[in-house]
Amino acid sequence: MINKEEVKHIAELARLGLNEEEIKTMEKELSSILDYMETLKKVDAEDSAITNYSKLIENTMREDKIKTTENNAQLMGAVPEMEKGFIKVKTVL
Amino acid sequence: MKLSKLDINQLHQGLVKKEFSSQEITKDFLEQIEKKNKEIFAYLSVHKESALAQAEKVDALIAEKKEIPLLAGIPTAMKDIIMIEGEKCTAASKILADYTASFDATVIKKLKEQGAVILGKTNMDEFAMGSSTENSAFGITRNPCDTERVPGGSSGGSAAAVAADMCVYSLGSDTGGSIRLPASFCGTVGLKPTYGRISRYGLMAFASSLDQIGPLTKTVADAKIVYDAIKGKDPLDSTSVEVKDEDKKISVKGLKIGVPKEYFVKGMDPEVEKVIRETIKKYEQEGAIIEEISLPSTSYALPVYYIIATSEASSNLARYDGIKYGFSKTKDSKSLLDVYLQSREEGMGEEVRRRIMLGTYVLSAGYYDAYYIKAQKLRNIIKRDFAQAFEKVDVIFTPVSPTVAFKIGDKIADPLSMYLGDIYTISVNLAGLPAMSTPCGKAHNLPVGLQIIGPEFSENKIFSVGQILENYGH
Repeated sequence: MINKEEVKHIAELARLGLNEEEIKTMEKELSSILDYMETLKKVDAEDSAITNYSKLIENTMREDKIKTTENNAQLMGAVPEMEKGFIKVKTVL
Repeated sequence: MKLSKLDINQLHQGLVKKEFSSQEITKDFLEQIEKKNKEIFAYLSVHKESALAQAEKVDALIAEKKEIPLLAGIPTAMKDIIMIEGEKCTAASKILADYTASFDATVIKKLKEQGAVILGKTNMDEFAMGSSTENSAFGITRNPCDTERVPGGSSGGSAAAVAADMCVYSLGSDTGGSIRLPASFCGTVGLKPTYGRISRYGLMAFASSLDQIGPLTKTVADAKIVYDAIKGKDPLDSTSVEVKDEDKKISVKGLKIGVPKEYFVKGMDPEVEKVIRETIKKYEQEGAIIEEISLPSTSYALPVYYIIATSEASSNLARYDGIKYGFSKTKDSKSLLDVYLQSREEGMGEEVRRRIMLGTYVLSAGYYDAYYIKAQKLRNIIKRDFAQAFEKVDVIFTPVSPTVAFKIGDKIADPLSMYLGDIYTISVNLAGLPAMSTPCGKAHNLPVGLQIIGPEFSENKIFSVGQILENYGH
């Protein structure tokens, strides 16, 4: 159902590091779960809509107003690596 | 008098009449936690000082003869996925092991306004993914009814804390049964409210179109008190809605109860079925009309659920990237990609990674239409099934789970068998309906929960119907 290469590709898309052992387990487990999901292919749902909104909600709007947050220090305090008040990340390009 | 045995109303009356103080109640519960948490492990963290300080404030109000709200001075516990400002919030994940919340969830704000005493944060399956609380990064919670067994999940700590008298009530979250299943396994009441009835602001997101916060309590009356305290529209959650709850007294005479034939099939423990059937019989004897109904798309619910829930999870959990907060390998990694890969590899547990993988797969190019779109369409069909059933009946009765609490370790190695245990609860989340687990008897000497499902925003009806069973003294 799903092969090793696909598992590696999906893991990269999902930004998940997997070791060789885990790739093998994922291959097996995902395959059995996906087989189970295959049962849906036989069901006809063509006429059904794809959205599921509550009838009670219609376009929730709010004013586009600038607000200041009071907990900046707390929020920034959680950042693992910072420099001059900015979040530091590795080179992107 | 053992204060930790009392329900909300009894404690409130006692406080107002000055039979005991909030500090006495709080100390009693802290003592219970001290005594039992080592074995049960319902709590991940206990906020002793802030709890006692809050209790003191309520006692001062009572001394000044001020009127106090129902939940003032009453000790409670929060699933560790609900944010309390200044307190750790881990979602039972290593990736958030040292994370401190910087704001209060709306439900916390509402409870604090009432003067609630928050005792601590409860254990759960990591990011609410699981049915047994065995997926916590910090250890398993044991079922107080039998410590060799799981408490159910994912709000297992919240249910165990109520069942073991380690709090009066607790809050959990329910994405596919995560309040109702542990309530059923531990013998407490557990309500999953209508989607949109309670603000999700400050609840860490798992699957946003399914998640709801709800109470776990000792009694149906308590569930209503807590529900009333936390419900309502919130500008910070645009999916929340304001509706007026109907407050009509429900009479069991002539009450139409639907029993879906698709829910009583093989795979259910015959002892559990017997307890559920006997419960339905009691309602019939009291004058209710029992009707067999059909929910034809029941068999698709589980695959539909796991496609939608994992899709939403793979997107929601992308935020845990080792950059902004939480566990990070940024200092030991060479590239940006490595920071992501390694932080998430080390920080996230097996089940969470499995679900992120599944969700990413079903959303990926080439599979999106076959899985995600198909699941969304079927979700509407499942919703329609319920709507048609509620044209004929007032409420629907089903078991919460096909089995009683299972042994620790029994299902953890086989994810699919664990998923199958949610078969009776997930349709309700897909349809956005309210449902409550109410204790209705015992099988194999372990609690069995009856699931009462109602139409959208019929929580009050569900409470009255559940109350009938409670009065009957099951």
